[in-house]
Amino acid sequence: MKRLLIGALMAGMLAGCSTTPTKEQDGAAVEDRKPGMVVDRPPVKPADTTKPLATKPMTGDPLTDPGNILSQRSIFFDYDSNLIKDEFKPIVNAHARYLQQNPSTRIRVEGNADERGSREYNIALGQRRSEAVKQMMQLLGVKANQVEPVSFGEEKPRCTEAAESCWSQNRRGDIVYQGR
Amino acid sequence: MGVIPPEDFVGQPPDKILGSWYRLVLAFLVPLSFALSPAARGALTIEIIGSGATQYPVAIVPFRAEAGTPQPVTPVVAADLVRSGVFRMVDAGGVSPTPHEPQEVNYATWRARGAEAVVIGTVVLLPDGRYDVRFRLMDVAKQTQLAGFAYTASGSQLRLTAHKIADVIYEKLTGDKGAFSTRITYVAKRGNRYELQVADADGVAAQTILASNEPIISPAWSPDGNQLAYVSFEQRKPVVYVQSLTTGGRRAVANFWGSNSAPTWAPDGRRLAVVLTKDGGSQIYLVNADGSDLRRLTQTSAIDTEPNFSPDGALLLFTSDRGGSPQIYGMPATGGEPQRLTFEGTYNVTPRFSPDGKSFTFIQRNGTRFNVAVQDLATRQVQVLTDGSLDESPSFAPNGRMILYATEVKGRGILSAVSSDGRVKQRLTADAGDVREPAWGPLPK
Repeated sequence: MKRLLIGALMAGMLAGCSTTPTKEQDGAAVEDRKPGMVVDRPPVKPADTTKPLATKPMTGDPLTDPGNILSQRSIFFDYDSNLIKDEFKPIVNAHARYLQQNPSTRIRVEGNADERGSREYNIALGQRRSEAVKQMMQLLGVKANQVEPVSFGEEKPRCTEAAESCWSQNRRGDIVYQGR
Repeated sequence: MGVIPPEDFVGQPPDKILGSWYRLVLAFLVPLSFALSPAARGALTIEIIGSGATQYPVAIVPFRAEAGTPQPVTPVVAADLVRSGVFRMVDAGGVSPTPHEPQEVNYATWRARGAEAVVIGTVVLLPDGRYDVRFRLMDVAKQTQLAGFAYTASGSQLRLTAHKIADVIYEKLTGDKGAFSTRITYVAKRGNRYELQVADADGVAAQTILASNEPIISPAWSPDGNQLAYVSFEQRKPVVYVQSLTTGGRRAVANFWGSNSAPTWAPDGRRLAVVLTKDGGSQIYLVNADGSDLRRLTQTSAIDTEPNFSPDGALLLFTSDRGGSPQIYGMPATGGEPQRLTFEGTYNVTPRFSPDGKSFTFIQRNGTRFNVAVQDLATRQVQVLTDGSLDESPSFAPNGRMILYATEVKGRGILSAVSSDGRVKQRLTADAGDVREPAWGPLPK
């Protein structure tokens, strides 16, 4: 599972191919897409003129660009854990950077837990996961009021089989941009 | 046991007792529907799959003229008593003449059939269209009357009258109060549709209190049975609401930053304990039922959740992983150092007090199974009552005799009930979809 995810991340970053679709919102309003939002880029060194540098065209909102790491919205956790594993740190970092550069943008982080055990205790476990994501973002300079950590506990599973292959998909934090 | 002379009928007009319960008016809030609608296919079917160690043999003779009424009373009485697991019905047919009055009872017949008690009665249609329902409970050995009551009921109230009669018989013969006139609440899920429903304790007459496309969990009865607190995800995060069952009006009682969940009522009916994450982590707070005056009760960086008050309001049980694994703790409701109460295994959650305050039911994980257990507060002895794989959400009947809980059978969510000695077992299934998150309502006032 780890290797697949790292592979997917790499593929997403380098080749611009389509990655895991973002979590669907049931019953949510149609997203209001704001085209043309430009993210500041670090200064580019003059190119070696013998070979032109390939640059990505500025196509618009990086949040809606399937080739951008910001399209990755889910962080998966181990059993009974809210530790953010290494392979997901780039995702959290990328969103933190985006939020830091867009201080009026807010997200909700939705924490989830697998189905085993009490529903209310699973709300609390899911909450631990969403708060772990928030804490990491705050360390990167994101303001507290930009990230609301909430929990769905076991109530919004992606799959329902009673097996680890399913439970691992449900131990998850999802990043949801508000008002977009 | 006091004998009530045959001439003295004591009875409260059921109107006083019934009035508020059956007026479930609902508020309307887009995009949810709060419909005073009978739940689609709105009953739970109950099967008995285990009975008690001893069973009273009782004969219930069909009441005079009940056959012509909208709801014959004795079948409901018999079903209630059999469902309790501690009564056995003795054949009441083929006795001629059929006894309806005390002087008509031939005790030798009933003794020969093995009955220890006989129930007889009459139904009379009154000029105003209501019914006069009278019953007597007769002791076969002593050949005396144990109880006699009269009720005035409309046609739609006959079923509840039958439950009240079953309550009297149950109490007279077992010494425990009956819980047949009570109601239960639960969440029914079909696809992505969630409905919070309230039904009679026998699963009949389910009404939908809230219908939503987002999950609903943790319904909790107010002590007077007129309000339900619950957690709804309609705002894409958990929010605690309190809704009136009599007016349908509702308000968000806890809608703070982060998650709001696990509501439970204080016995005075004026406050709730809830779990909020607004200050970081899941912590227990006290709030007034109108949402005012928030007070924090726990102060840890651990998970503190699932609060539950003792019947006298003095003690608060809750689940906490402050010791490294989820266990059950108790603390004075006014604040003070919590004491750990569970020490078996690594996962003990969802504590709910018994009505007499002497024990609590909870969920204990054993290996990969989650089961219903009961712990005595004084002795700390634990008894595991179920053997399903994923049992959840246990609550006591208000007479303390049965525990209602949610479980899964062949991948479907159903409700089950088990007696506090583990012997009587019932299963409650819906026609379609899953049922979960049950809570047993209080005794009628």
